Amino acid sequence: MRRLILIALPYLWLLALFLVPFLIVIKISLSDVALARPPYMPQLDLSAGLAGIKAFFSELDFENFFFLTTDELYWRAYLSSLKIALVSTLFTLAIGFPIAYGMASAPREWRPTLMMLVILPFWTSFLIRVYSWMGILSNTGLLNNFLMWTGIINEPLQIMNTEIAVYIGIVYTYLPFMILPVYSTLEKLDDSLLEAAEDLGCTRTSAFWRVTVPLSKPGIIAGCFLVFIPALGEFVIPSLLGGSQTLMIGKVLWEEFFNNRDWPVASAVAVVLLAILIIPIILFQRNEQKQREAEQ
Amino acid sequence: MKKPILSLTALLSLTAAAVQAEEVHVYNWSDYIDEELLTKFEEETGIELIYDVFDSNEILETKMLAGGSGYDVVVPTGTFLQRQIMAGSFQPLDMSKLPNHENMWDVIQTRTEPYDPGGEYSINYMWGTTGLGVNVGKVTEVLGEDAPMTSLSLIFDPANMEKLASCGVHFLDAPTEMIPAALTYLGMDPDAKDADSLAKAEEVLMAVRPYVQKFDSSDYINALANGDVCVAFGWSGDVLQSRDRAAEADNGVEIAYNIPEEGALMWFDQMAIPVDAPNPEAAHVFLNFIMDAQNMAAASNYVYYANGNLASQEYLIEDVIGDTAIYPDQSTLDNLYTVTPFGPKEQRTLTRLWTKIKSGI
Repeated sequence: MRRLILIALPYLWLLALFLVPFLIVIKISLSDVALARPPYMPQLDLSAGLAGIKAFFSELDFENFFFLTTDELYWRAYLSSLKIALVSTLFTLAIGFPIAYGMASAPREWRPTLMMLVILPFWTSFLIRVYSWMGILSNTGLLNNFLMWTGIINEPLQIMNTEIAVYIGIVYTYLPFMILPVYSTLEKLDDSLLEAAEDLGCTRTSAFWRVTVPLSKPGIIAGCFLVFIPALGEFVIPSLLGGSQTLMIGKVLWEEFFNNRDWPVASAVAVVLLAILIIPIILFQRNEQKQREAEQ
Repeated sequence: MKKPILSLTALLSLTAAAVQAEEVHVYNWSDYIDEELLTKFEEETGIELIYDVFDSNEILETKMLAGGSGYDVVVPTGTFLQRQIMAGSFQPLDMSKLPNHENMWDVIQTRTEPYDPGGEYSINYMWGTTGLGVNVGKVTEVLGEDAPMTSLSLIFDPANMEKLASCGVHFLDAPTEMIPAALTYLGMDPDAKDADSLAKAEEVLMAVRPYVQKFDSSDYINALANGDVCVAFGWSGDVLQSRDRAAEADNGVEIAYNIPEEGALMWFDQMAIPVDAPNPEAAHVFLNFIMDAQNMAAASNYVYYANGNLASQEYLIEDVIGDTAIYPDQSTLDNLYTVTPFGPKEQRTLTRLWTKIKSGI
């Protein structure tokens, strides 16, 4: 009995905070836009009883999903978001792995301090940190002033309002989400395995690639998903740091919802985005499960 | 121990009653009022004022369309107001509770007529124009002494824009502002919504698009003041704010706001009461308070926007009433136009066109 309750709890959580809202979004995505409050039709009229429910369902259709295929804007925005999320994930991995490796190889008494330093930026609001990047990257900002002062450049570099600024923002923001899971797997790594590899004739570099990297794979995968998934739907960073040519699905969704007031199409965009995200999440889950089975 | 608990419950129920009866929730644009007025309202009426701000019509509209916003007074711009009235978002005003309504300015009332026929649902709070924010020094440096700083050709002639690109140009990220401006530049009806007219406006914008550093509706206040950009097409009060910020910073940047000689868009921010306002009674008290001549003048003297209150004009400081960038002279006023909202289908075409202009897709 106790076990049943324990299992039911997370499912209830999922049901109330994910499934129910998601069903509402799906329902809106099947509706039609209308000048009303709320701005879509049909509304469920329970007072009409079964007939009302029937009429309600007969008016739902997949029109909005078809609409998404008629305009290249949407798939290009999805692709562009995928590209930005993928490239940012690779960069966070390239930067985050060495940092995590360094932390894991540091003397044991330093590690809590190093860990603290990684988490410390979270104490400042995310929005304020993105705004500070605007101060660093703008044409009259810290970076350009410094580079001009040293004489490396004569004209300010246009970084602000470009895709480069978006990458900098995303990589900076999500770096801790890469470092922490990678660090936690590296820290648990048994040093005697590396000694054994060297005893068996491995050089230090090949021991790193053949022992350390494969064993830290769960951490790398967890880190990649923690970065990739939120980066895909990112809205704040591209709208603050990016220029108008940075096309991301988060922005398209915003425009559908706020500029066009077309909640049904906006919901359809969101449903498709979720479908794109669910595939990596399922892969991730499967990987976790495999790992758990291997441990048992 | 019984006594304190009793008095505590009594106190709680008292505050609960007070909360229900004497509270008014106002949702206005950011940086849009003299905060002393808020305290004055509470002192005069004894009603607790909860003041909240937004920075885009879209955010407000979404709350109005979703319903149950909990606000008693909101301040949408004319075109948005009209659509929200049609969606059934507002309640008619009870004029018997608004004796100060006689202070309002008939010129502005006539101009807002298309958005809210008969002024049944709203009163004007502030109004302004959309025009050219210019960094005088830099533009002269780039384009020479005879730079067309009061003409739309400054931003729509590719020859000028090519040169200006080096010092930075921002456009408003609002198609409902930029398309009418482009149509005005072409000498066409700024309120045109047919496909041909929109295509012509698109051509104008596409030609100068490569030279626009950013389309945004709020960052340009700082960007202009810091000297990061030399031209911004923006809202009158915002540009005047950046003029003041530059003057305060004393950084050698001189900003001017020019109403284009070809004509400019005139917009109106209107106060209205949502249909599901928790306390419409207090909302009327607030509207009446705002329409008081001295109160309205205090707000304008603080934010440097013109208002729709004729009686307030005698209390306006010379910096406001005497500035033709805020209160344009009659000939300029005649040259200002208003636009009507886009219907749902037209709006989709417009947003799509705008995305194409911004991102090239």
